[in-house]
Amino acid sequence: MNNILVPPTIPVNTFIPKDYKSSIKPVWCPGCGDHTVLMGFTKAMAKLGLNPEDAVVVSGIGCSSRIPAYTKCYGFHGVHGRSLPIAAGIKLAHPELSVLVFSGDGDGYSIGGNHFLHACRRNINLTYVVMDNQVYGMTKGQPSPTTEPDWDNGMAPGGTNLRPFQPLVIALAAGANFIARGFSGDSNGTADLIAEAVTHPGFSFVEILSPCVTFRPEQRAWKDMVRSAPVKTTFDRGQAARHLATDDGFYTGVLFRDTRPAFEPPKAKTQVEVSDFNQEFIV
Amino acid sequence: MTSSQSGKIKRIAIAVVGSGGSGVMTVGDLLLRSAAKAGWYGMMRRSSGPQIRGGEAAAYVELSTSPLESPCEYFNILLALDWKNVERFASEIALDKDSVVISGEAGVEFPEMVTDSGAKIWDVDLKAMLKKLKGGRTNIAALGLLGKLIGCPANIVRNTLENKFSAKALDPEVSFAALELGVQAASQVELIMELAPPAADAEERWAITGNQAAGLGALRAGVRFVAAYPITPATEILEWMSPRLRKVGGFLLQAEDELASINMSIGASYSGVPALTATSGPGLALMSESLGLAVAAEIPLVVVNVMRGGPSTGIPTKSEQTDLNLAVHGLHGDAPHLVLAPHSIPDCLWTTQWAVNLAEKLQTPAIVLSDQSLGQTLAVTKRPRDSTIKAEREVLKKVTEKYKRYALTDSGVSPMTLPGTPDGQYTADGLEHTPEGTPSSMVEDHDAQLEKRDRKLRNFDYGDDWAEITGDGKIAVITWGSTGGTVREAVSQIDPEGNKIRLMVIRLLSPAQPDIFKKALENAERVLVVEQSYGAQFYRYLRGYFELDERAESFSKPGPLPISSTMLRDKLQEWTTV
Ligand SMILES: Cc1ncc(C[n+]2csc(CCOP(=O)(O)OP(=O)(O)O)c2C)c(N)n1
Ligand code: SF4
Ligand SMILES: [Mg+2]
Repeated sequence: MNNILVPPTIPVNTFIPKDYKSSIKPVWCPGCGDHTVLMGFTKAMAKLGLNPEDAVVVSGIGCSSRIPAYTKCYGFHGVHGRSLPIAAGIKLAHPELSVLVFSGDGDGYSIGGNHFLHACRRNINLTYVVMDNQVYGMTKGQPSPTTEPDWDNGMAPGGTNLRPFQPLVIALAAGANFIARGFSGDSNGTADLIAEAVTHPGFSFVEILSPCVTFRPEQRAWKDMVRSAPVKTTFDRGQAARHLATDDGFYTGVLFRDTRPAFEPPKAKTQVEVSDFNQEFIV
Repeated sequence: MTSSQSGKIKRIAIAVVGSGGSGVMTVGDLLLRSAAKAGWYGMMRRSSGPQIRGGEAAAYVELSTSPLESPCEYFNILLALDWKNVERFASEIALDKDSVVISGEAGVEFPEMVTDSGAKIWDVDLKAMLKKLKGGRTNIAALGLLGKLIGCPANIVRNTLENKFSAKALDPEVSFAALELGVQAASQVELIMELAPPAADAEERWAITGNQAAGLGALRAGVRFVAAYPITPATEILEWMSPRLRKVGGFLLQAEDELASINMSIGASYSGVPALTATSGPGLALMSESLGLAVAAEIPLVVVNVMRGGPSTGIPTKSEQTDLNLAVHGLHGDAPHLVLAPHSIPDCLWTTQWAVNLAEKLQTPAIVLSDQSLGQTLAVTKRPRDSTIKAEREVLKKVTEKYKRYALTDSGVSPMTLPGTPDGQYTADGLEHTPEGTPSSMVEDHDAQLEKRDRKLRNFDYGDDWAEITGDGKIAVITWGSTGGTVREAVSQIDPEGNKIRLMVIRLLSPAQPDIFKKALENAERVLVVEQSYGAQFYRYLRGYFELDERAESFSKPGPLPISSTMLRDKLQEWTTV
């Protein structure tokens, strides 16, 4: 590994992936990429050796966002698009918790797009996994920000004719501390990326291509299109940007790491009692 | 207002106006603080033109021998540092023939609001007097003049001014000289009235705004996380809390918008830290979806909403009681939650503290409806009431059997585990769920959880604090929020014994308590419902929840002017004499 920042993970306890999987049966369609993202997550957790109760899995709304209840960690399944603020609140209030956020391309890039920008620049120590299927799965097949312009659909017959949103470029420009892409079909690769993202300080963004076999059956071909990026992880934003210039959206791996320390709530040097504030007001 | 030709008055209202940068607010603030030190009660409201900075401004200072409940309708003194654009304030500064107008600059044409009033005008050319004093400021001279006129001891005014030196970068020598010039200029003005001296043994008094009081109440109740987005007139809560939170182990984060601020607060609270956000109407509207989440997932949370004129951007700097509908009814689904309203500036402290206690105890969001006139008015009041209520979140620290986050308990409140607790894992969810927290769309689960969330609020004993009730007459006057002060004052004048009028100022707006309300209203023959709204939101709310029938009449006026106490007194006079 080319990274001096990541401390070696010494699991306190020995866990196996199953220790992180709840007994609730996922609502996902058979073959949906999200099943293997869940598997990647459980493998990552076993790798990290975190106690299930010390991790919080936060999400918004969408097929992908159903993930928290399928884990054995603490979970928060909030409203559409707001997973990042919920996670920020948890992490700021309880920095000792590991907070992982799972989102979809509609949840994370459309309705929650503003939070994505600000989470990148705020750099709170969170792991943000977006399960991108380039469609709104839960609402049954509308175009999302990452959908190709010519994809025919009921909402925009003939396609949206819009330039797709470029999550990695945006994350890089907005200041994310760690940027990676993976493929759900490779659950070991996903596990590695999630584990690295959790260990990396600051805001870590992992985009996972996760096919929607129901509304985008053509995405089954993704398994033949994804490949490791031919470049090494860089610490240089400019170089990362140049790498993205030749990215066709199917390169996987860690693109970029920054060394910025994570945001932490500042504390006043001297601590006082609340009753001390009365003095300000007494005439 | 009690102004008479002779004798001492118990209350005086002074308006100070001037163009941008003339230091109007400094005069007002220092005058009020000096008077407070000397033993008077009082308050100061601020008014300004639409310019962000540097426009004309007005400070309305009222002083009294006893705590003040409502803004005056007439001013005894208008002091103009200069007369640029003063007509802008014409509707706010009512003058009459007993008023005194002091002009700080000579050779100007007075606006109609002055000439038409019949007020006596004194041309005190402070500007010219200060020509000789290099760097001397007109507003400091005005402070000296006004301090002298109200009879405030000179050394007190001097000390108050001295405390401002470092903050305002004033030259001490020049400032004291300007102050003294003002004191001497006071001999050029003949006051028709004189303010009675303060009580000698004045009890502990506080100088505080409603926004500061709300912030302090929140800290006292244990709030240690705030995420919020700036908005007038709520921002002072945030600016007051931010540095202080850091001193008590907490933190305030400026979020990217209100959608983020409420969800960050929900996240912090879910993890165990009492959390709050503050906003005004437009922000509350943005938060309404996530308030539903806090109801469904049973997350304690407080939203302090400082109301301003609406709809839309409306009149951001003026007060109105028109977010009531949104606060009570604005959530989607059947979403029982708490709505509370402070009824005075010091009560902003107690009510916010109570709101945090209740939200924590009942695991639901609480909206505190304050407003601009409470939030931004600086009041010199009695020490705000201390709370003895201890209401804490039921946290399960050790899990011994299979944990059910949304267990159907007798009270409806289910003990909550916090992340980090072994075997307490669950997923907080806005999806309807089973007692375990597993998503469910089954009718039994929906029924059980709807009933539980409703019951925990409905069956809770809120005690006597749900309303402030005085008198036991057959005429009931019902009001809420900042209007409470005006109504209290009018009622105490019309019915000092309290045997004709029963006054009810409602603090707990949601959940409605029909039985308790009905009892409180027993034998009332007529009911007057007073509020500051065009659409009579409070009147309709009461008619919706309680049996008011034909007894009730609405007395409802929109902002931006405060409810007229004269009109209200006339109404009550008419009702009490028939
Ligand atoms: C405020 C709001 N608007 C709309 C919806 C409806 N909705 C639910 S999921 C979703 C899109 C989900 O798409 P994505 O995030 O890509 O998740 P996927 O289902 O594809 O995994 C929408 C529009 C909602 N739940 N809430
Ligand atoms: S609709 Fe698509 S995204 Fe949703 S579960 Fe089915 S395959 Fe997965
Ligand atoms: Mg999607």
